[in-house]
Amino acid sequence: MTATVTEGRTERLERVSAATRTFMSRHAAMTPTFAALVILALLLVGAEASLRGDFVTPRTISSLLLDNAYLLILAVGMTFVILTGGIDLSVGSVMAFTGILGAQLLGSGVPAWLAVTVMLAGGSAIGLLIGVLVQYFDVQPFIASLAGLFLARGLAFVVSLSSIRVEDTGVLWLQQNRIRLGDWYITPTGILALVVVALAAFTLHLTRFGRTVYAIGGNEQSARLMGLDVARTKVAVYVISGFCGGLAGLVLTAYSGAGYPRNGIGTELDAIAAVVIGGTLLTGGRGYVLGTLVGVAVFGTIKTIISFMGAEQSWMQIIVGALLLLFIVIQRAIVARAERRR
Amino acid sequence: MDGALPLLELTGATVRFGADAALDDVSFRMFPGEVHSLMGENGAGKSTLIKAITGVLPLDAGTLTLDGTPVRFAGPHDAQRAGISTVYQEVELLPNLSVAENVLLGREPRRHGVLSQRLMRERAREILLDLGLDLDPGSALGSHPVAVQQLVAIARAISTDVRVLVLDEPTSSLDLDEVAELFRVIRELSSRGVAILFVSHFLDQVYEICDRVTVLRDGHLVGEYLTRQLLRIDLVQKMLGRDVSDFKARRRVPVDDEPGTEAFLSARGIASAPDLTPVDVDLAEGEVVGVAGLLGSGRTALARALTGVSRLEAGIVRIEGTPVDLDSPRTAIQLGVVYSSENRLAEGILGELSVLENITLSVQAQRGVLRRMRPARQRELAQSWVEALGIRPADLDRPAGTLSGGNQQKVLLARLLALAPRVLVLDEPTRGIDVGAKVEIQNLVGELADNGLSVVFISAELEEVLRVGDRVAILREGRLVDTLPSAELTVDSLLALVASPDEQED
Amino acid sequence: MTTFWKHRLFWPAAALVALVTVNSIARPRFLSITMRDGELYGALIDILRNSAPLMLVALGMTIVIATRGIDLSVGAIMAVSGAVALTVIDGSDDPGNLGTVLVAVATAIAVALVLGVWNGFLVAVLGIQPIIATLVLMLAGRGVALLITGGFITTVNSDPFSYIASGYLTLVPFALVISVVAVAVIALVERRTALGVLTEAVGINPEASRLAGVRSRGIVWGAYVLSGALAGVAGIVYASNIKAADANAAGLFIELYAILAVVLGGTSLAGGKFSVAGTVIGVLVIQTLESTILFLGVPSAQSPVFFALVVVVVVMVQSKRVRGAFGMVRRPGRDGPTGPPGPSKHEAVTGRRTEVAA
Repeated sequence: MTATVTEGRTERLERVSAATRTFMSRHAAMTPTFAALVILALLLVGAEASLRGDFVTPRTISSLLLDNAYLLILAVGMTFVILTGGIDLSVGSVMAFTGILGAQLLGSGVPAWLAVTVMLAGGSAIGLLIGVLVQYFDVQPFIASLAGLFLARGLAFVVSLSSIRVEDTGVLWLQQNRIRLGDWYITPTGILALVVVALAAFTLHLTRFGRTVYAIGGNEQSARLMGLDVARTKVAVYVISGFCGGLAGLVLTAYSGAGYPRNGIGTELDAIAAVVIGGTLLTGGRGYVLGTLVGVAVFGTIKTIISFMGAEQSWMQIIVGALLLLFIVIQRAIVARAERRR
Repeated sequence: MDGALPLLELTGATVRFGADAALDDVSFRMFPGEVHSLMGENGAGKSTLIKAITGVLPLDAGTLTLDGTPVRFAGPHDAQRAGISTVYQEVELLPNLSVAENVLLGREPRRHGVLSQRLMRERAREILLDLGLDLDPGSALGSHPVAVQQLVAIARAISTDVRVLVLDEPTSSLDLDEVAELFRVIRELSSRGVAILFVSHFLDQVYEICDRVTVLRDGHLVGEYLTRQLLRIDLVQKMLGRDVSDFKARRRVPVDDEPGTEAFLSARGIASAPDLTPVDVDLAEGEVVGVAGLLGSGRTALARALTGVSRLEAGIVRIEGTPVDLDSPRTAIQLGVVYSSENRLAEGILGELSVLENITLSVQAQRGVLRRMRPARQRELAQSWVEALGIRPADLDRPAGTLSGGNQQKVLLARLLALAPRVLVLDEPTRGIDVGAKVEIQNLVGELADNGLSVVFISAELEEVLRVGDRVAILREGRLVDTLPSAELTVDSLLALVASPDEQED
Repeated sequence: MTTFWKHRLFWPAAALVALVTVNSIARPRFLSITMRDGELYGALIDILRNSAPLMLVALGMTIVIATRGIDLSVGAIMAVSGAVALTVIDGSDDPGNLGTVLVAVATAIAVALVLGVWNGFLVAVLGIQPIIATLVLMLAGRGVALLITGGFITTVNSDPFSYIASGYLTLVPFALVISVVAVAVIALVERRTALGVLTEAVGINPEASRLAGVRSRGIVWGAYVLSGALAGVAGIVYASNIKAADANAAGLFIELYAILAVVLGGTSLAGGKFSVAGTVIGVLVIQTLESTILFLGVPSAQSPVFFALVVVVVVMVQSKRVRGAFGMVRRPGRDGPTGPPGPSKHEAVTGRRTEVAA
């Protein structure tokens, strides 16, 4: 009797361990994302402990999403690009350009829906330019998106050399309207950002387009031979990133109540850092958009902790740099282990 | 079969690259259920023909018909839809995606219009089991060995309604068991009426599996033959268009059996996990030791361990009795031990640099950054090796990447020989190059040994190992089975030693 | 003669000549150089002097790119170097003393050197992708610079320090002397040592180079150290010019302009073959364009639009698709950077033919 029970337990244990093995062999690529989750947990626990319970409050967590909605949207777009093995340096500037463009249009009496459409179209157009250069003119993504960066930044200053206030109630509503649940709240900008994440996760995992994105990052030539539509997909990821740039421009304009041509200088680096911290390999083909969500959360939490402690914001750059370093070393170790197994 | 209509027929096919015709007025046909081989030297037009029938390259002239209907493919996907699938030499799949996705992506099953990973895994599992492959379809492809990946590639090809399956050098990275497994699959498919185009350098395999062979030379059609009616020597002659009697018999250095004689290089118990368990190797001055073994037998691991490319985990290497620490290729070179990799393109030639720069590179690296060789001296050195090895074209300033495979290999040898080495370790120096250059390299190794150089010569072709080596070291599964004088071996007896013990019984 | 326009420096040089021509037509004084108190002045001199920081950074970037790498941290290193130099001078009792300035400059360059060593360590030893390895410092470097200056813009009044950017060494501006010396040293080292070919070998294929006995690690590491050191000097020139350390503005976007200069000069971002002369031309094109844009009365903040157009035009001209359309590419793979083989090419082809047919 005892023997059978023990046997049953061993069997169960074996089954569990087999299931774990299967899961791990299928999702080895998730390890960095788990690492990011652990770091996020450590950050929250550490901050909570050292700030005597003042940190992990509904208010702080809610404002985390509010403050970083624009970054989350940019990082999601960036995830698509990086998964194909590319990079998009233009996103910060695209956000500034579409932001100031929108503010200008709203200021001159254009209806909000039209202004928003123009912002999204403008971002997508710059993305399209980058994508076409990359795909049809064999330009390295780095250089092509550099052209996009210059173009968007310059255009932002062409629209206006100084900031423009936004009075449009529709746009400001995105930011000011708070849907509350107890002490928790969420703004339409936060919902927008989460919807973007959900749509991206769905697209990447459950559509052929999404799998093609991964396939291109794995081996572009193979993807082509498999009959996947590489050309259109490669252009599309830059358009998506540009579109996200436009959307982030809208969110940031709502957030700051103004368009400003100097917005988002260096934000592309924050977005890249968030994507990498979230476990996406810069060489492409491996990573998760939910990891990017975690990456942005880590980024935002550090920023909040620094402002709680009243430390210099320059520490932000140093800590994010150090974290980035930590993560690329982890990724490097994982890749090296995989190579050795070969 | 001859009464039947061809399934696929190419007539008067011409493909040009600029002014040169890579394929010139070639006709080619395949019947249902046959295994057809395409033979020819490098540059004969084999890969161009494959690309023409699989929709990768358009024809400049001529027609392609399928079931008697002219077709024109816009791309490989088009050809796939028409039932023509290809498995390439280098596995052209996606290591970062799951096995199931690799089998089915492009025509993945959907549920409610959305891609279903579960259905995909189930479908893939059936297809893989059909091929006798039992693996988790959800696992990442990259976590499997290359041979398995290749079979997954075939699974992908046959999971469509395949009518013509092109296998381009499918066996070059498989061991004997895996080849047997592949041949079982090929026979199964051909019995279902699939026409299979089997391209391989291995004559044995061609004779074992193919019904018919088409020979190309220099972009032209030589002819189409039934394999059983074509003698090997005739086949080789048709491929070369000349007699193959210029193999120089190598003068055997009598191996000094006198006890107490020191080997020039001696390795004791050297190991590098997981590919090589401790082995002993001795190399006398002027001796060629051939290394025979299958892929994964530890032959490349041995070469890399002897030349400082990978670090030793155990054991000791002595040169003229003195223990040496081979911690990098650079150290090995300083000790006179040089290595040419089996992977010429990835680890050998620097395609964008000129022939001159490629030849002088190692000498210059030895001298260091600051002590640059005078340009006149560089030219002199490179010129002498270009002449000595017959590198064509004899243009020192041409980018080395534009040379043919055989000439690139010679440039690589020139780079090593310019170092005036004592020990030359050559890992598959004749792989993937045309027969003419192959013979030249074999003869060169003999001459070098006659001049006192010690050589370790690795090759997948047993015949070549026997012809070139004074002694043959036989490796199996990372262990040294035996080292025997090649005079005491035949291809058959060597094969028996190389293969696993189970297979010696029949 | 037909080979002339195929030379890889032809297009960059043509662009520079075109820019200068347009400028000299639009403003006749563009080409004139005047002598005042034994010192040279004029638009061209300004361009040459102002290009010094970019020239220094782009030279280092050229070598890094040749090794298959990229150095995104140069702007941040400039900021750190400027911050260090100014903090040393600011903290001394005698800011106008030449000795103080020399110590400040030496300290700043030493710090930049260390940062270069750090980048090189990440890339050459840990094997991290260059773009991401240098991204670390690009992000963190400005934070470090801000910490050094305490978050303020440190300003100093020191004549010897101002001399670096504004002074004249007899006829020519001292900044120009610095950049000419840097170009000359790099060109000389490349020609007179084996560094050029070994760097190219490593850039084309690191593993093959290692097997050939090349000390790849040392060469790659050295490239980042050089890039860091040159960025350090550039940071000093920049700080000297504005007589202040501005951690946020110093070297902002300079990595992008430097990469642009290297690419304009015909060096491929894929590594391997590189051209110092090309980079010099690339820098001058950028600086002349900048000057032209300002002359046209466009606010300098808007000038990126023009650079975007330049990038687009250049990459399109270089792309196979466009070249193919104009019949400039004969066959893929034959469009190598080395000069065409000339008459021997015919021999080569027929030679191969006979060999095959024999």
